[in-house]
Amino acid sequence: MMAFLKKYEGLWLFVHSPAAIIAAAVAMVIIFGAVFASGIALVDPYDLASFSLFDGLLPPVWQEGANPKYLLGTDDQGRDMISSILYGARVSLIIGLSALAIAAFLGVGLGLAAGYYGGRFDIIVMRIADVQLALPAILTALLIDGIARGLLPQSIQQDLRVAVLTLAIAMSLWVNFARTARASTFVEMNKEYVHAAIMMGQRPSRVMFVHILPNVLGPLLVIMTVDLASAILLEATLSFLGIGLPADSPSLGTLIRIGMQFLLSGEWWILWIPTIVLVALVVSINILGDFLRDIFNPRLR
Amino acid sequence: MVYFILKRIVQSVFVMAAVAFLAFSLFRFVGDPVTQMTGVETSVEDQERLRDELGLNDPFVYQFVRFTHEMVLGDFGFSYRTRQPVANMIADRIPATLELGVVALIISLMVGVPAGVYTALNSRGVMTQTILMTTLVGVSIPTFVIGIMLIFIFGVQLGWLPTFGRGGTVHIGNWQSSLFTIDGWRALLLPAITLGVYQLTLTMRLVRAEMMEVMRSDYIRFGMARGVPMRSLYYKHALKNTLVPVITIVGLQFGGVIAFSIVTESVFQWPGLGLLFLESIRFVDIPVMGVYLVVIAFFFVLVNLVVDLLYVAIDPRLRIRDVHDGLPEKI
Amino acid sequence: MLSIKGLTVKFPSRFGDFTAIEDVHMTIKPGEIHGLVGESGAGKSTVGAAVIGLLQSPGYVAGGTISLGETDLQSLTFAQAHELRGDRISMIFQDPQTSLNPLMTIEDQLIETIQAHSDVSEATARKQAVDLLEEIGIQDASARIKAYPHQFSGGMRQRVVIALAICTDPDLIIADEPTTALDVAVQSQVLDLIQRLAQERQIAFMLITHDIGVIAQVADRVTVMRNGHVMESGETAQVLGTPKNAYTISLIDAVPPLDRKIDRFHVPKEDGIASAQGNMAERWLLEGQRHDLTGLSVENLTVAFEGPRTSLFCKPPTYVALNDVSLNIKPGSIMGLVGESGSGKSTLAKVITGLVTPQKGVMNLGGAALPAGKSRSRHHLSRQLVQMVFQDPYSSLNSRHRVGDILAETLWFYGFIKDPTERKNMAASMLSLVGMPPDAITKYPHQFSGGQRQRIAVARALLARPRFLICDEPTSALDVSIQAEILNLLKDLQAKFGLTILFISHNLAVVRQMADDTAVLRNGKIEEVNNTEALYENPQHEYTKSLLAQTPVMPPSWGA
Repeated sequence: MMAFLKKYEGLWLFVHSPAAIIAAAVAMVIIFGAVFASGIALVDPYDLASFSLFDGLLPPVWQEGANPKYLLGTDDQGRDMISSILYGARVSLIIGLSALAIAAFLGVGLGLAAGYYGGRFDIIVMRIADVQLALPAILTALLIDGIARGLLPQSIQQDLRVAVLTLAIAMSLWVNFARTARASTFVEMNKEYVHAAIMMGQRPSRVMFVHILPNVLGPLLVIMTVDLASAILLEATLSFLGIGLPADSPSLGTLIRIGMQFLLSGEWWILWIPTIVLVALVVSINILGDFLRDIFNPRLR
Repeated sequence: MVYFILKRIVQSVFVMAAVAFLAFSLFRFVGDPVTQMTGVETSVEDQERLRDELGLNDPFVYQFVRFTHEMVLGDFGFSYRTRQPVANMIADRIPATLELGVVALIISLMVGVPAGVYTALNSRGVMTQTILMTTLVGVSIPTFVIGIMLIFIFGVQLGWLPTFGRGGTVHIGNWQSSLFTIDGWRALLLPAITLGVYQLTLTMRLVRAEMMEVMRSDYIRFGMARGVPMRSLYYKHALKNTLVPVITIVGLQFGGVIAFSIVTESVFQWPGLGLLFLESIRFVDIPVMGVYLVVIAFFFVLVNLVVDLLYVAIDPRLRIRDVHDGLPEKI
Repeated sequence: MLSIKGLTVKFPSRFGDFTAIEDVHMTIKPGEIHGLVGESGAGKSTVGAAVIGLLQSPGYVAGGTISLGETDLQSLTFAQAHELRGDRISMIFQDPQTSLNPLMTIEDQLIETIQAHSDVSEATARKQAVDLLEEIGIQDASARIKAYPHQFSGGMRQRVVIALAICTDPDLIIADEPTTALDVAVQSQVLDLIQRLAQERQIAFMLITHDIGVIAQVADRVTVMRNGHVMESGETAQVLGTPKNAYTISLIDAVPPLDRKIDRFHVPKEDGIASAQGNMAERWLLEGQRHDLTGLSVENLTVAFEGPRTSLFCKPPTYVALNDVSLNIKPGSIMGLVGESGSGKSTLAKVITGLVTPQKGVMNLGGAALPAGKSRSRHHLSRQLVQMVFQDPYSSLNSRHRVGDILAETLWFYGFIKDPTERKNMAASMLSLVGMPPDAITKYPHQFSGGQRQRIAVARALLARPRFLICDEPTSALDVSIQAEILNLLKDLQAKFGLTILFISHNLAVVRQMADDTAVLRNGKIEEVNNTEALYENPQHEYTKSLLAQTPVMPPSWGA
């Protein structure tokens, strides 16, 4: 009864929350555009032959001097803004999601084990987490990036940028998962269904993943949403700082950095349109995360 | 209580040692220090001699101990890029970042805590919903975008405030401060707001969540039931209990302030530690990167020790421990 | 003085208004202790909350009047009502651990409350506070008043709560389960205190409780509630002694008596354990009894936990949970184990099941040595032979698994039945055997009530074909009528399948009904073991005597 109501109630709340609906719609549109970028986009921003300098700096259609072919105008290279943004969003999402997957896998695994075994193993994991916490996300990511620059030979650095960036972001996010999973596991460890499973003589891995994990998924799901937003922001920030992705495979952050050159001139769209898309994406994900948090913790409603 | 503090100090030393080790590994293994220090024309023999002089052929543990020892003495080595002592470079930059961070933190607390209390106590008001929505957008806008927006509005469009640098500064001993001139404050305002906004939204949301949790507790309901004045219930009973967890987060937020100061300093060309760190990453200036790490970790550990002391001051349960308390009946 | 007429409280929700209580009438005179009794969901706490004006949002009073003396409580503004709270009506909550602000001294909390309602100086208020603490039995009050709540024990803390409630000299106190979180000894002291305050200060008490024994002991009048309606109301002796309402009768029937043993509880509609669908499970259990009746003995068990560390240099104090415990449970018998909270009852259960490793001692199951704690392998036979029914049916079943999967897991794990469909069938049959509809296997645990979940938990234990069952407070989370059903079920199963049972409970009356032998545990030591009837009729140890004397019961003269 309760399970059904809860599901039903989640749906009910969703239907009655305009913010959540709009957020979901915006996120869907951006994700859809990113996934099918190669089909939708007018030009391929990676292909130098597909655009021309003669089309450079065209404003969006509602401004004078626009070319109706480029709805949101073009940048100084003559790239269609919409195409750049779709491809940029794709890069941002790919990095964000893969970083999230790595962080979740590592964090949840370590957190569950730390909560289950307790004792020395727990202390070691948590001390590592402490050190990680003393080095905030951006710092960790920058550091890993710096190390990669020092270690990897110049020739392969460009090719590995995406991997390094993903790893750097993942390394700064796993602590969230580990701490949440550990705290929830501690709570579950005092519940009798876990005692029952241990008493029967079930293997620790089975107790952890079959019995405990489904019960701690709720808070982890919230962390996952919030951290996806963080990962995308982190990627954008690193690219903005100029140590993320190079300009020839731009993410949303890189687009904004390029747009900064036009802050003082009249070509506002080159800076602000990618900015709006980035903010819209992150706001939507955060609204959905907030909504999930409300469902799992109804007392804060 | 003494044990609690001692334990924290030991933990802090552990964290510092780990970070020092990280910095040392950076220095030792990321790139070859000798190649970095010498030019192409240096002969192999000279390189070998330098290697010996630097002690790079000594046993690993010995090198680490010496590295740590030098760090403790304040000898941080030389920058690959500028060939200056890292200690001086860092010392020059600390005031700018510290002033920026502290002002930002103050802004975030001065606005965040009252806003959190207000939205917790009037949880259904229109005002609350508006504030909550605004803060949600607030956490979602990357710091650099906030900076750009502020520069665009107040610097470019309105032309009220400078958009880069520290403005007029005053020397107090070795400390270069922008807090004593109007010009300095004008320059500080936009970066400090940029840096403070994100922390502000976090503080507000946290205070709100904790306060709502406390307001539902039995002792607040009991206070209601015996007619304790609402004002006292809100601001004496509830707020004090809310502060316990909030203080921890403020300690952690300091880390956030430092991290985001890198971004803010980059946007506003603010000559602080963050900008130095960014430059050193671009040029793979390992000694500066390592020392920056150690300095940041040191501040972090220091702040969290202060937080622990505050904890003890607020929560009597940590001050006096009853033997009857917390005996486990569980496995 | 307090007069409630036709009180109706509703909680609006998206799915329509939920009526929590309807048409409740009640009057309480000064100095009267009025018991309000009922099972969970009866709406008794809602009555109290409505009177003091602190209904949980979004509940509201939909009809009726509440008046205190001449004051109509319904017509007050929030500010007026708040002024009246503490001054004329006050309240005591269930859990003294959470009712006091942990960051303020007792002194500050008392003085603040006194000054909120009377215009006295701080010094006068402090004097009043100290006097009051002394009056309610806190020794050395002028020094203890400086302490923080966590420095008091549970019973003392509840006294402090009472002091806070009466420090403004109210006319009426609503006591919501004031002794439920306390041990019997402390409970009896707190009840005495409430009785004394009612007499000496002429304070009217609304005593909300689920415990009929408590009502019988202290209440002058009683109101019985069920599902938001008043069932019966009147003098305590009349209502409990010669109840007229059918629900009251069944409620009192379900209360286990302390002074005698009854064979079975009268339960209105009981299915019994014999049913057609349950036959398969019953046959399966009987044919699986390769092992004879299995007894268990433990010798010189000692378990010590490390306490919190208080100093860097001293070793942390150890807390002895079990101290040299020896116990022999005869094959096929039920051993009752009684003791207050913290006496080590659950620790003993955990040692037997291998969750806790003892420092010392040996165990023996059915004639074979039983390895302790970590040295017991995951495949040891005892892991199947010894099963447990836990205290909290809300946490003992994994809420993310379907009931069918929870039950089938046992069959799969011990390798009893290979075929998944047959496992499901057996699980369904076992559910019938314990009085549950077999289609429950497709549902989730939270779709069932506490009593039903406990039946599922029993079914899970039986599916392991156990010979030795540990029941750790199996009914303490349940309403008394459900408790009666579960106890009947356990008795029937024990008789039919020849189980040996260790029955752990803090409730002496329940143990008397269930156990052949009874052991009394205090602070990790066994104080007395004897045949149950002998122990209850003729207790040898002082502690047993005081436990028996302090347990609130109905006077036999009321003759239920």
